[in-house]
Amino acid sequence: MSTSSENIEAVVITRPKPLLLRHAPYFIGAAIVVFLAASAQFDGYILNILMQATTFAIAVFGLSVVLGLCGQINLAQAAFFGFGAYAVGIGTTDYQLSYWLCLVAGCVMALVAGAILGLSTLRLGGHYLAMVTISFQQIVTLVMINAIWLTKGPDGVSKIGRPSLFLSSQSYLAFCVAMLALVGYIVWHLPETRLGRAMRAVRDNELAAGVNGIDVFRTKVYAFAISAVLGGLGGGLFAGGFAYISPDQFSFAESIVFLTMSLLGGVASPIGSAIGTGLLILIPEWLRFLKSVPGLYLAIYGLSVILIIRFMPDGIWGFVTAAYDRMRSSKKVAVTSAPLQLRPATTGGEMVLEVTGLSKHFGGLKAVDQVDISVRRGGVHALIGPNGSGKTTTLNVLSGLYNATSGKVVLDGTDVTTMPPHLRAAAGLGRTFQNIRLFRSMTALENVIIGAERPGNTLTGKGDEAALTERALAALTFVGLGPRAMELISSFSYGHQRLIEIARALAANPTLLLLDEPAAGLNSTEKLELHELLKRIAAQGLTILIIDHDMTLVSEAAQHITVLNFGRRIADGESMAVLRHPDVVSAYLGTD
Amino acid sequence: MDLVLQLLFTGIGIGAVYALVALGFVLIFRATNVVNFAQGEFSMVAAYLMVVCAVDLELPYWLSFIIALAGMAVIGAIFNLGVYYPLRHRTYLPVIIATIGASILMANGVLALYGPQPQVLPGWFETPGIQLGPVYLDSQYLLIIVVTIALVIFNYWFFEHTMIGKKLQATSQDKEMASLLGISVSTMIMVTFIYSAVLGGLAGLLVAPILFVSIQMGSTIALKAFAATIIGGFGDVTGAIIGGLALGIIETFGAAYISVPYKDGFAFLVLVLFLVFRPQGIFGERVAEKA
Repeated sequence: MSTSSENIEAVVITRPKPLLLRHAPYFIGAAIVVFLAASAQFDGYILNILMQATTFAIAVFGLSVVLGLCGQINLAQAAFFGFGAYAVGIGTTDYQLSYWLCLVAGCVMALVAGAILGLSTLRLGGHYLAMVTISFQQIVTLVMINAIWLTKGPDGVSKIGRPSLFLSSQSYLAFCVAMLALVGYIVWHLPETRLGRAMRAVRDNELAAGVNGIDVFRTKVYAFAISAVLGGLGGGLFAGGFAYISPDQFSFAESIVFLTMSLLGGVASPIGSAIGTGLLILIPEWLRFLKSVPGLYLAIYGLSVILIIRFMPDGIWGFVTAAYDRMRSSKKVAVTSAPLQLRPATTGGEMVLEVTGLSKHFGGLKAVDQVDISVRRGGVHALIGPNGSGKTTTLNVLSGLYNATSGKVVLDGTDVTTMPPHLRAAAGLGRTFQNIRLFRSMTALENVIIGAERPGNTLTGKGDEAALTERALAALTFVGLGPRAMELISSFSYGHQRLIEIARALAANPTLLLLDEPAAGLNSTEKLELHELLKRIAAQGLTILIIDHDMTLVSEAAQHITVLNFGRRIADGESMAVLRHPDVVSAYLGTD
Repeated sequence: MDLVLQLLFTGIGIGAVYALVALGFVLIFRATNVVNFAQGEFSMVAAYLMVVCAVDLELPYWLSFIIALAGMAVIGAIFNLGVYYPLRHRTYLPVIIATIGASILMANGVLALYGPQPQVLPGWFETPGIQLGPVYLDSQYLLIIVVTIALVIFNYWFFEHTMIGKKLQATSQDKEMASLLGISVSTMIMVTFIYSAVLGGLAGLLVAPILFVSIQMGSTIALKAFAATIIGGFGDVTGAIIGGLALGIIETFGAAYISVPYKDGFAFLVLVLFLVFRPQGIFGERVAEKA
């Protein structure tokens, strides 16, 4: 379990250069492309293709945020695209409004529609979202066709205006390319931000995201709303570019085209989205003859979706980057970070956790029944009991994954009984899971940074990237994995993954740490090292509530033990006394 | 009052079709924890098979019916092998995307083969219907209602009183345990897909004489059937039937008293109301993921 740190070169994580400087090449490149778009002499056909590719790509970027980053499906991107297009179309023709005003209005409409849709559906499972977005798409199409007084129905809207600054097609294209570059920059940079990390965490493991202080629901709504806005923006630009729009351009079939574009290129990155968009606009142009048979194109798209999902789930770009990553050896990091500090809050009284009369019933089953637990500040408290005695259910109620049927939970003076998991985390609760729940697509460091980002963590200074990285590295070093910080979770052994989960909880500087069977699945050496780690944690004054079956670990580490059996508390007190208690002995060994 | 009774009858007839498709949704969902977004396309493909056999090839109606259902059994099996089975160990997201892909493939494949013209399929009976007091009972609607009742009874008998039905239930409740008991889980999933495809196909054959046979009929029906499962309570068989009937009635009355062009919008409206105020549906329970 320990990691040798002798043979590692002294490569320190290089202090990041200022953001603007690091990203300067991107902006220089973008400026050159915009200049080319503005100055090169395209014929009308090429111009149309470029215009379509540019505006579609912005909408596909939206899908890469909601589907790629956050793992939520959106099958109505064409409807949001239509919101932007119709706002610009109707606004600049019937109402003679300024193009800019219409473009903004289109984005706002898409945002509002997306937010409402998300707010009503995202608490539920992904199936609901898929079906509701399809329904929404159908409704929008129905309105576009039937509300003739507003949308002109199937005839569509023509003679759509452009801003006076970009009246010529060439200059308008340059403007669209500039917008694409700007949106591309934001989407590219998003995964490294706090919001982007939260989205990835939600995608990888919702439960773990919640107990690490991420508001899962809000994160999903943000992702969905961003996706909708980008759809609206792309649509608004599209309407100006082609001067004519009609309902069939914003149908469910177009939503599927957007989806195929993002899946083909690689849904996880804007580069992939751009590749997919480009390919799916160019390929149909090359294979024009296929268009003579109605339906054939979409049938091929449908088949491609199945094949991509089956054989190339990360798309073309994902395939390329995976090959590139295999060629590079993983970076090792020499650790120069300061030792990990744990400075649990000390606001409340002597008891960090006070649980009174806690019950959790599942139908008729009383999994937890009238349980009282008091955890003293700075101590290690164990919760034990035979299998099925309600230990893990208790922990799940404490961390907010289940709602308590009755009873009260007070954490460090705050009543948290009805709080959702992320607010309990903000109040100072940290936990690990019996079946390890890490964010699997991220590096060890990123996992622990999410822990360090817990709202209410006082030990990350300004909370900027450097402070978070330092805190996360210190936590990883504390559990002995500092040098492997940059590796992906999948490259760690089971025991090490458990340590990373503990490091993630420690980085958050919790007031109370809940450990759910940390020794489960570890071999005897690993158990000894875990025991030693627990001692070091306790030595810093952090209060721990631990569940485990390993009696040696429990009796040596814990000063205080609560015993559950059939959901009820059967003993509670100083550890040696409790372990000799006749009820406890009979619960574990049976009676004659 | 007469109009109300007449609309009620029509609503129940349409609702019965939604209920049949919803039943197919629920069966697959219970067996695989995945919503099959191509369920509606099963109805559409079956209706086209029927048009090919009964109208184009002029085979007897009953024979065409059997051929179409047999065809659906084959398509259900291919669907399982090509779309679901290879992805069974992945999370739900790739699987639903694949079923959406399959739905697009089926709809547009039929469009490419058969062309965009909606087709007319005659009803099963020569007699158009009977007058019962103030209500005119259309023979096709009567057939739909009778078949749906018969199927609900058959379903109950099949799942509660036959060995294969019990094995299917065991598989849907706990795959690991079922396989430890010697049940072949992959066979059971195969049976579920075939059965669902046939059910969806049957719904398509029954409803086709009422609507036109068109490419869009699949997605329209699927949308309503999915709304029906949510209204009834996700994953619940009784809920799917009650939800389907309720939706058929709401829609028929909505079209008669509010607006015809937006008829298809009512399902969505009811769906959203349920999602906001009672997401677990009429019969469902809120289920939380286990930590």
